[in-house]
Amino acid sequence: MIEVGRPVLDLRDVHRTHGSGEAAVHALRGVSLSVVPGELVAVMGPSGSGKSTLLTLAGGLDRPTAGEVLVEGESLGALDRQELARLRRRRIGYVFQNLNLLGSLTAAENVALPLELDGVGVRAARRAAMVALEEVGLTGLGGRFPDQMSGGQQQRVAIARALVGERRLVLADEPTGALDSQTGEAVLHLLRRRVDAGAAGVLVTHEARHAGWADRVVFLRDGVMVDATVPLPSVEQLLSGSGR
Amino acid sequence: MSIRHGLLALLERGQMYGYQLRAAFEESTGSTWPLNIGQVYTTLNRLERDGLVRPLPEHEGGQRPYEITDAGRADLALWFATPISRADRPRDELSIKLALAMTTPGVDVRTVVQTQRSATMRTLQELTRLKYASDKPEDLPWRLVLDAMVFQAEAEIRWLDHCETSLVRHRPATSAGGVARAGAEHAHEHTDQEIHR
Repeated sequence: MIEVGRPVLDLRDVHRTHGSGEAAVHALRGVSLSVVPGELVAVMGPSGSGKSTLLTLAGGLDRPTAGEVLVEGESLGALDRQELARLRRRRIGYVFQNLNLLGSLTAAENVALPLELDGVGVRAARRAAMVALEEVGLTGLGGRFPDQMSGGQQQRVAIARALVGERRLVLADEPTGALDSQTGEAVLHLLRRRVDAGAAGVLVTHEARHAGWADRVVFLRDGVMVDATVPLPSVEQLLSGSGR
Repeated sequence: MSIRHGLLALLERGQMYGYQLRAAFEESTGSTWPLNIGQVYTTLNRLERDGLVRPLPEHEGGQRPYEITDAGRADLALWFATPISRADRPRDELSIKLALAMTTPGVDVRTVVQTQRSATMRTLQELTRLKYASDKPEDLPWRLVLDAMVFQAEAEIRWLDHCETSLVRHRPATSAGGVARAGAEHAHEHTDQEIHR
């Protein structure tokens, strides 16, 4: 059941400073961003603008210096390490440029891993992994090891791992990596489909063509959100010309 | 590109009258290039004058179909065989605007860049949405038209990124030093002056 309106991700006036005094680096300086179910937000900006910092804070991999990060209404700052780890496993899917697939595990085992770590039985986890692999078009390849797959296939395994189970928040950092443009487009297609099915997504990218898949694009510069595109009209409105 | 070659290409499929040509033209360009019926008839008149199409007897409904002539086919074949020159395209208003923004006192070039980037990004989002919605095999010609526009928009954004990087690089060293930039406006003034020289 999709709850429309309530943000899955809510960043409230988030700051992140590394170091202190003269040497302090202000990676983020008061960023607020809400992402609702069914919405894909792309974050663009030059290197060092704070894009990746924003994503690690959104995913609970790092804590803000000031401000608050909420995932499905739950403030990450109020959780202890174990609670935070559980929330990350259950509700947040990550796709990184560096795939982080374990070479000694098969594709299906890689995908099932987060569920098994979360206490789901091996069989149930494996079943869910198969469904996720099917979703990304890798039916029948679950038994292969990463080095027996192409770069594009490995990327799909990484996406399946991010989507497996009931993840409501999908965070992607340059998810198309070094893939060719067709394969990269297929990866974004998968991300888009999952978001259309009710997840919330954040895509960090420097490629405008990839950001084009988002409902909203925000621009970061020097840790500050400087601009955002306005929400898009529907396809019907675009075709009739009334959306402009 | 001219509407005339578009119409010739459509007539190569078979005879058509004005409204059919307009509908077929818009369909093949994915409604990205709307024509009014006046443009269609003006173009048909010129094509007829040049001997590239010929009118046929009117239908009962009063519509007069046109067909392509041999000369028209030759003209069409030549058009397909000739690459389009950059010089044939209209001047790029955006690059002229940015060049002027840099040399006009009181204009914040980075804001001009960002305003354009945001607008072009939105166009790119619209194009991507239209592409995503047209996944049937028969949509391929339209998807390719959309792809062309996607790549053009992408190129424009890359160029704007490049402009911004160049502007930052030209900022004098005195305003650098901290990650927290003090007064972006101040930096813009320096940048503009730098470029004036």
